[in-house]
Amino acid sequence: MLARIKRWLGLAKPDDDQSKLEEAARKKAEEQKKLEEQKLQESESYKPTQKTEESSQEVENVAEKPRIGYFHLSGCTGDVMSLSENYDILSELLTNMVDIVYGQTLVDVWWDDENPMPEMDLALVEGSVCLQDEHSLHELKELRKKATYVAAFGSCAKNGCFTRFSRGGQQAQPKHESFVPLSDLVKVDLAIPGCPASPEIIAKTVVALINGDLDYLQPMMDVAACNQNCGCDLQTNIVNKALCTGCGTCAMVCPTRALTINEGRPECNKARCIKCGSCYTHCPRSWFPEARIKQDLGL
Amino acid sequence: MVLGTYKNAVSARATDKAIQKVSQDGGIVTALLSYALEEKIIEGAVVAGPSETPWKPEPLVALTSDEIISAAGTKYTFSPNVWALKEAVRSYGLEKVGTVAIPCQLQGIRKTQSYPFATRFVADKIKLIVGIFCMENFPYASLQTLINEKLNSSLSLTEKMDIGKGKFWSYTQDEELALPLKDTHGYEQAGCNICKDYTAELSDVSTGSVGSADGWSTVLTRTDAGESIFTKAVDAGIIETKDIADVKPGLPLLEKLSNSKKTKADAEIKSRIELGLPVPF
Repeated sequence: MLARIKRWLGLAKPDDDQSKLEEAARKKAEEQKKLEEQKLQESESYKPTQKTEESSQEVENVAEKPRIGYFHLSGCTGDVMSLSENYDILSELLTNMVDIVYGQTLVDVWWDDENPMPEMDLALVEGSVCLQDEHSLHELKELRKKATYVAAFGSCAKNGCFTRFSRGGQQAQPKHESFVPLSDLVKVDLAIPGCPASPEIIAKTVVALINGDLDYLQPMMDVAACNQNCGCDLQTNIVNKALCTGCGTCAMVCPTRALTINEGRPECNKARCIKCGSCYTHCPRSWFPEARIKQDLGL
Repeated sequence: MVLGTYKNAVSARATDKAIQKVSQDGGIVTALLSYALEEKIIEGAVVAGPSETPWKPEPLVALTSDEIISAAGTKYTFSPNVWALKEAVRSYGLEKVGTVAIPCQLQGIRKTQSYPFATRFVADKIKLIVGIFCMENFPYASLQTLINEKLNSSLSLTEKMDIGKGKFWSYTQDEELALPLKDTHGYEQAGCNICKDYTAELSDVSTGSVGSADGWSTVLTRTDAGESIFTKAVDAGIIETKDIADVKPGLPLLEKLSNSKKTKADAEIKSRIELGLPVPF
């Protein structure tokens, strides 16, 4: 079973001479990251950069065990529950594949005056940020310093999602009214949208990180810059731009059934839409990872 | 590769007379999905089933061969089958789902498999996708115009529609009507104009009429899963095949049409980029 799942995730077989490979992988990953960062700064567009070269990293690279931190800001814990729903590979993942170095839910480690926040390769940050909550702001600023990659984990962190509707006036903190996605405040390297993000995409992301497969993560780096999602994206960015073919993918992925397809076009019931951005993320006409799909299918 | 990656190409048809009677061409989609269902390779299939409005398909989660057969025949307008895949997995509890898809639907499904952001436990349950060749698709209102106004017929009297040999054909019980394809241009949906995939390049098995004789289909097996099930169906006598090399017009015509779709799409993509519009491929 584990072997099957690992194959599905594109996990490479461990090599005997790991240390050399690790070193090479790490260097390569660092170089690539710099490149990606440059790219990201150059273009804040939502559309991924066209890639023509196939990545061979997947088989070559087995990076060191990544150190992962899990941060819980104004979220519902749904995304980390989703992580834990990788049932049969979870223990393998947590024991042998990654080190969870920070988190109040998965491990009993958090930052205070006595315990400095550890360095980490990836910070999975769930939830949006309440501007009136000083602790959240501090934690976010600190984790940005300590983490190589900051991932907006789930739609609240990426684009606000449900917390976009917050407006304060409730006990016991009536002043807590403003919630913003992470990228309003710090640089976000990659986003894993979804409400919640699926167990599969979390596993695939972690595996790509382990393999130094930045090619796979590229679309997630590209979507990190876009934090204004809503069901109406489909109308303004797809239908209005002569891109829609009525395939129905958006309606399939909508978690609240806010989307229906009427006469071959998406129709968003805005009273149901929670602004998670899943529809636009999944639309094959918003961005299309053709090379990766063919690789995954063996075509 | 103008036809995408494939393992084998043949000309084929379903041997079942009941399927031959209702199918658009060789009945390959119907036969393969029914066979997969009987062999328990899938537990159900999302197909473009009938609705109360003539020639307006509705996605149907088919659990029996009869239901699959009820969806036979091409409808030249939208059936958002991908939408119903989640329904098949969630409401019907299917663990192994098959479906039929045109190229854009395949793109949506395959993207969710490679990047399953918001599709928890759906993408990996899709076990068989039979792709159909697609040059373009029409809004329902376009079909009304073509049939009612241009051919002076009616959708409720129409028994079959077909695009082939440069014409859009409509058959009623006692009439055969033809419209030159150039008269249908301008009625296809705009989203089709940038599509470069004619032969459903991301399917497990793809099939369509072009290349083979009437009553037969051209079949391209692509993935391991697709190749395996098609071979089993042939061995079981569900599908009969002919070597595509012996068939006229055969693959050269398919390649020609595929090339022409790609060339036209490239030109449209170029002009959209010049206008400053976004294009995903």
